[in-house]
Amino acid sequence: MNERFQVPARLRNMSLALIAVGIITLLVGVFTLLGSNNADHTLQHADKTRFWAVLLQNAVFFVMICTVSVFIQAASTLAQGGWIVAYRRVPEAIGANVWIFGAIAAVVLLCVAFVFNIDGHNPIYHWVHPEGDNILMGKKAFLNPYMFAGFTIATVSLWAFFGRKFRSLSLAQEKAAKNSTKIYWNSMKWAGGFLVVYALTQMSTTPWMWIMSVQPHWYSTMFSWYTFASAFVSGMSLILLFVIYLKNQGNLELVTKEHMHDLGKFMFAFSIFWTYVWFAQYMLIWYGNIPEETIYFKLRQQGPYSILFYAIFIINFVMPILILMARPSKRNYFTVTFMAMLIIFGHWLDFYNMIMPEPLGVNWHLSWYEMGIFAGFVGVLILSVATTLSKSSLVPTNNVLLKEAVIHQS
Amino acid sequence: MAIKKFAVAAYDDEEVLFPAVKKVRNSGYKLHDVYTPFPVHGLDGALGLKETDLHIAGFIYGLCGTSTAVGFMSWIFLSDWPVNFGGKPHFSLPAFIPITFELTVLFAAVGMVLTFCYLNQIMPGVKKHVFHPRQTDDLFLIVLEINDETSEQEALDYLKSTGAIETNIQVAESEWWYGRWDKKEAYELS
Repeated sequence: MNERFQVPARLRNMSLALIAVGIITLLVGVFTLLGSNNADHTLQHADKTRFWAVLLQNAVFFVMICTVSVFIQAASTLAQGGWIVAYRRVPEAIGANVWIFGAIAAVVLLCVAFVFNIDGHNPIYHWVHPEGDNILMGKKAFLNPYMFAGFTIATVSLWAFFGRKFRSLSLAQEKAAKNSTKIYWNSMKWAGGFLVVYALTQMSTTPWMWIMSVQPHWYSTMFSWYTFASAFVSGMSLILLFVIYLKNQGNLELVTKEHMHDLGKFMFAFSIFWTYVWFAQYMLIWYGNIPEETIYFKLRQQGPYSILFYAIFIINFVMPILILMARPSKRNYFTVTFMAMLIIFGHWLDFYNMIMPEPLGVNWHLSWYEMGIFAGFVGVLILSVATTLSKSSLVPTNNVLLKEAVIHQS
Repeated sequence: MAIKKFAVAAYDDEEVLFPAVKKVRNSGYKLHDVYTPFPVHGLDGALGLKETDLHIAGFIYGLCGTSTAVGFMSWIFLSDWPVNFGGKPHFSLPAFIPITFELTVLFAAVGMVLTFCYLNQIMPGVKKHVFHPRQTDDLFLIVLEINDETSEQEALDYLKSTGAIETNIQVAESEWWYGRWDKKEAYELS
């Protein structure tokens, strides 16, 4: 069995090229956007805001979709799910690299909160300077730079720690005695711990801090759940893309169409779950028709972002439900690969649409800078995960649930 | 509805049943059905049953539910009894979505349950011939159809050779019938 994965030169060169594109884009962005000297002050401020807002969107998106891998490991460990063991090294490798994206996200978020400043006010996080705004003064106990810094650092370090912890537990199981269940039960405790951490960060407070506070007057209790659904479906698609890539390289022989089918079901079901949560948030605001709340959708649905609003709905709901509903399409490698890429892109757009409207208004672009930064993050993701995957055997031969994974039928 | 002759073999172990099913399928005898007291994993694969089309029926029921809900609500709020709800347009799709969703699920679920019952012949009041009183208890049955060209004794011997603990020949109604148990006789006499 082909247990070892060597990073192919082609993949390494491609990811290095993507990283180079990202770095060049960032440097060009520093000079043309951050150092913008447009005579029109509105456009000059929009350029500067765009520089930081795009970094913020990508950093938050990538750290969240990578942490989903940690979550799925924890959830399947606690549920004693056996089928995931067949490709378990993939979420482990993604989870072990959460620290990279966590570090990037922490740097970007802290820069946005502390460094970014135009004439004494912060165009992305208004709450940094709440003076003269009664609503923001009222929220000062929660929304203030020090709380934000502490929260961000605590969140990303916990996610990164658990990501590495699960991988080290799984590798320790390989060295343990045959059929020993000590580490198995031990990892169950860590999994329970992570779910608590995850519920208190990703599923509740972290999206408030990082994303919802871009529009600090507005709030929605569905928001974190909605962000989680977005991250979860793209995180599962990411795992699926790596699994298919490894299968194409001749690895992961234990993964059959049954496993692909179940991963496809995750993509399908959670696309619908995302729509459910998205619509629950939308409909209550539409029905209530309270100006403070509808302002969020006024900008997105009827304002300059309406094309994105409907595009996201089609990419993230209409296409998955129609294309992935049939059983043969979930067992077809081309369809699931295509849909996984589409879903990741669709939810990246969704994060774009969550963050950009308030700081940028009509001056939004979806061009070289956005795509370049996205490419850079994708390059870092591919290179780091592939390197981690090549470091250990891809088949967890000593895992107590391996037999269940082999005989799995969807 | 047809009265047919069957060769029935009872097995007391799943481990014996699987090879027996495989042998019988390859032997050329016509397999009527296999009866087990609990769902046996992989038996549908061993029997070579084809994938059910129940989900296609479910999709169609769901579409019926969606169109019923949207059509009915549109008719009510546009022509039959238009009411002004907080200044919203009469045809306000977001408000219709929850009910549309519920009716889609309801139609799909109820329709699929009824279709499933029909396909498996398990409607309330539906009777079927019981080949062995212990087929719902602890025995696994393989039932072969016997026609004019089949030798009864050969079939029984063959079933014995696959590890059956008990074999016999039965003449019975092959399909379901509706009504009292004694109606069976009416069927069998006709």
